[in-house]
Amino acid sequence: MEELALHILDLVQNSLAAGATEVVIEIKEDAAGDLLIITIKDNGSGMDQEFVRRVLDPFTTTRTTRRVGLGLSLLAMAARQAGGDVQISSEKGKGTTVTATFGLRHWDRPPLGDVPATLVTVLAGAPKLDLIYRHTVDDRTFTFCTREVRRELGEVPINDPKVLTFLKRYLQEALTSLHGGGGVDEA
Amino acid sequence: MTKLKSLDDLRRLREELQKEVEARQGGETQIIVGMGTCGIAAGAREVMTAILEELARRNIKATVLQTGCIGMCEKEPLVDVVRPGEKRITYGHVTPRDVPRIIGEHVVNGRIVEDLVVGRAN
Ligand SMILES: Nc1ncnc2c1ncn2[C@@H]1O[C@H](COP(=O)(O)OP(=O)(O)OP(=O)(O)O)[C@@H](O)[C@H]1O
Ligand code: FES
Ligand SMILES: [Mg+2]
Repeated sequence: MEELALHILDLVQNSLAAGATEVVIEIKEDAAGDLLIITIKDNGSGMDQEFVRRVLDPFTTTRTTRRVGLGLSLLAMAARQAGGDVQISSEKGKGTTVTATFGLRHWDRPPLGDVPATLVTVLAGAPKLDLIYRHTVDDRTFTFCTREVRRELGEVPINDPKVLTFLKRYLQEALTSLHGGGGVDEA
Repeated sequence: MTKLKSLDDLRRLREELQKEVEARQGGETQIIVGMGTCGIAAGAREVMTAILEELARRNIKATVLQTGCIGMCEKEPLVDVVRPGEKRITYGHVTPRDVPRIIGEHVVNGRIVEDLVVGRAN
């Protein structure tokens, strides 16, 4: 995958396949520590410990359409190539947390990529999902929560194409501002 | 200080869309994008956002859905179009550039874009 945002999209698909109704995506860019941390936490069906130990192996999958599961092993490969790693903690019936670390300035770190496109794509496929997205750059944090969005929308569905294209632009602006571009006007 | 787009702006959009929600009958055309790992790696996310932009821009009512892996890796990105009462048509190797054609011809006018079809089912 060329972008970390595509890995994020893929991980959230795992969460949705595990029946998650809430997913928290957290991105931390820490220049002082030269660290980029991505955490995806879900309340899906989880995995037992024995399975978690094997899950980074591409031949571990519960899918039936093919015998290899690529998502997590591709992520682990990308993280290790960029001076980081992947950690998974999971509890059957409770949920799963996947944490991937990367050297922020590492040559081989894939770019973060188009996070707004990833978020609206998730919502297009899972309009009922409680999605919380928290992005921290050094000491500034931006938070996006679909519960708040739904409150504003009333009966209008969040997956209406006009709503999603609005949200994509909203998120793009927020992230540009978080990275120091444009004017900042945050509550 | 520039005023950023804020979630308050959603309220205006809500008022605009509320009327359409009430007018909607269901029985809409479904557009289904394959969002398995190979689909994502092959560009399915860009196809999805292109579909959303095109529907929003042309004010077309259709239901956009996702599906996971269906075991057709080599033909990803895959997009299915199902018009009410018609066969499910699967398009393969779809790029964002193909999206206006699929929507303009098939979703709106019911004319299948034959050169992109990789499968048909009832
Ligand atoms: N968040 C999660 N909750 C519960 N189980 C998970 C989660 N993520 C992964 N798994 C389990 O781990 C397996 C391997 O995941 P991985 O993403 O590597 O491959 P896959 O999803 O099976 O296939 P692919 O990602 O290639 O489409 C999955 O089949 C699933 O059983
Ligand atoms: S996503 Fe490629 S075969 Fe399923
Ligand atoms: Mg997966």
